[in-house]
Amino acid sequence: MKILVCISNVPDTTSKINFTGDNKEFDKNGVQYVINPWDEYALTRAIELKEAKGGSVTVLNVGEADAEPNIRKALAIGADDAIRVNAHPKDAFFVAQQITAIAKEGGYDMILMGKESIDYNGFQVHNMVGEMMGIPSVTPAFKLDMVDDSTARLEREIEGGKEVVEVKLPFVASAQQPMCEPRIPNMRGIMTARTKPLKVVEAAGGEAKSEYVNYSKPEKKSGVKLIDADNAGELIKLLRNEAKVL
Amino acid sequence: MSVLVFVEGLNGEIKKSSLEAASYGSQVAQAMGTSATAVAIGEVHEEALAKLGEQGISKVLYDADDRLKQFVADAYVKVIATAAQQESAKVLVFSNSNIGAAVGSKLAVRLNGSLATNVTELPKIDGGNFTVTRGVFSGKAFADVNLTSDVKIIAVKKNSTDIISNGGSTATVEKLSADLAESDFAAAPKETVMQDTGGGVLLPEAEIVVSGGRGMKGPENWHLIEGLAKELGAATACSKPVSDIGWRPHHEHVGQTGITVSPNLYIAAGISGAIQHLAGVNSSKVIVVINKDPEAPFFKAADYGIVGDALEVLPKLIEAAKALDK
Repeated sequence: MKILVCISNVPDTTSKINFTGDNKEFDKNGVQYVINPWDEYALTRAIELKEAKGGSVTVLNVGEADAEPNIRKALAIGADDAIRVNAHPKDAFFVAQQITAIAKEGGYDMILMGKESIDYNGFQVHNMVGEMMGIPSVTPAFKLDMVDDSTARLEREIEGGKEVVEVKLPFVASAQQPMCEPRIPNMRGIMTARTKPLKVVEAAGGEAKSEYVNYSKPEKKSGVKLIDADNAGELIKLLRNEAKVL
Repeated sequence: MSVLVFVEGLNGEIKKSSLEAASYGSQVAQAMGTSATAVAIGEVHEEALAKLGEQGISKVLYDADDRLKQFVADAYVKVIATAAQQESAKVLVFSNSNIGAAVGSKLAVRLNGSLATNVTELPKIDGGNFTVTRGVFSGKAFADVNLTSDVKIIAVKKNSTDIISNGGSTATVEKLSADLAESDFAAAPKETVMQDTGGGVLLPEAEIVVSGGRGMKGPENWHLIEGLAKELGAATACSKPVSDIGWRPHHEHVGQTGITVSPNLYIAAGISGAIQHLAGVNSSKVIVVINKDPEAPFFKAADYGIVGDALEVLPKLIEAAKALDK
């Protein structure tokens, strides 16, 4: 089974977010980058399936060279090889076109990724790839198992419940918890990752359909009004009469 | 040219998040000097559809095909694309739900349109520019995005649009029947299991959320969270550590890697307020924090706070909530 796992290079969850250039650009200064946490579920589950059923796991990143440390990290966790499409990921439509080009060429049985990136929160790319390839996309999935060699069984979250879906290979799925326990690289993995193939290819053309023009941050709260714990019931009155939310 | 809004049903009624999407869509239509049409699929009462007139919808296209009672992405996409074509829709509006965003993404490919999800404000339409504001960095920032294609698709973040109400207006309901093929059902769910909320409120739709963290000391104390939620008509939620150690199910985890909520009132009991948790809740209109540590970072993001043990404070709040006239 050939599995393609798409990963994004994103600011660590603890990052403070700032902008530069008159709020037109994200300020990378002092920001640590990690593999998008949602993508880690897809990566680890892909490796578990490979270990159980055989096959290979290829990691794909659409991004610039500064993503390579995290691509190596994915190889250290257990992917076999990696591809980086050397392009600035302009928007979801652009990224989906790059993934589709790679996926069509590679003939993968399964294309996995996180349900969204924690920086641009699109929740778009997986469904776009499914549509561009004309194969099912099951998102967001929190369970993924093989029923037999050609059929997978997934559970996906819907508002207020879940759906159980069985699809034939090939398909696209996006991952979220509790699909698996994301792995961290061990020393042996880190050593072998250095020599695993990482191929850099140029973008397959493709256009963006949106442009980011400006950023802003939420307004800060004006300050907390403290209520004495012995008189906690007072809070409920304030929520009704002052904040008017009850 | 018109604006097309996809509305989702639940138990025959229209979801609150779809009433918001309808309100959003009709305001966009007004700004563009056109009308707003809704498209509904599956099991929705026709009276509920006609009532969408109150949100400014003039017409509803309704595909009542029995096979569409459950969500089937490819079939839904085809129905909505059929409606979009029939109406020559230039703007399509969805709720930013797992269903709405999924269908919107596929339609962006099929209709060659620009898509923005997680949209928090009405668009600014200025000459040729059509700009929307969307939440990015998991609630830590907003971005203004130009949608550059002829067709624009917008998925509206829940609880970010007020529901408008033109009392008494009704929409006309017309049947729609898309030409569905067997292949549109290839990834149809085998089974759909809805959570038993015990008559409570679903978290993503909730206007009030009561959430607990490790300061609740154990799952056996959750009756206090549930008790306050019941009195306030709220949904329950939890922090990441709480779902990680299995005190509560994953779908209740609110935060950067869980779900993002933006209720009118978010009450956090025994949650310190790690930056990842704040990202998931900071668009809530009013935040209340109960924590025994006066230095807990959450107090900086709160409107109201009580420094005290959640296990002692919550019973007092439940008692006070019981005394309110409902």
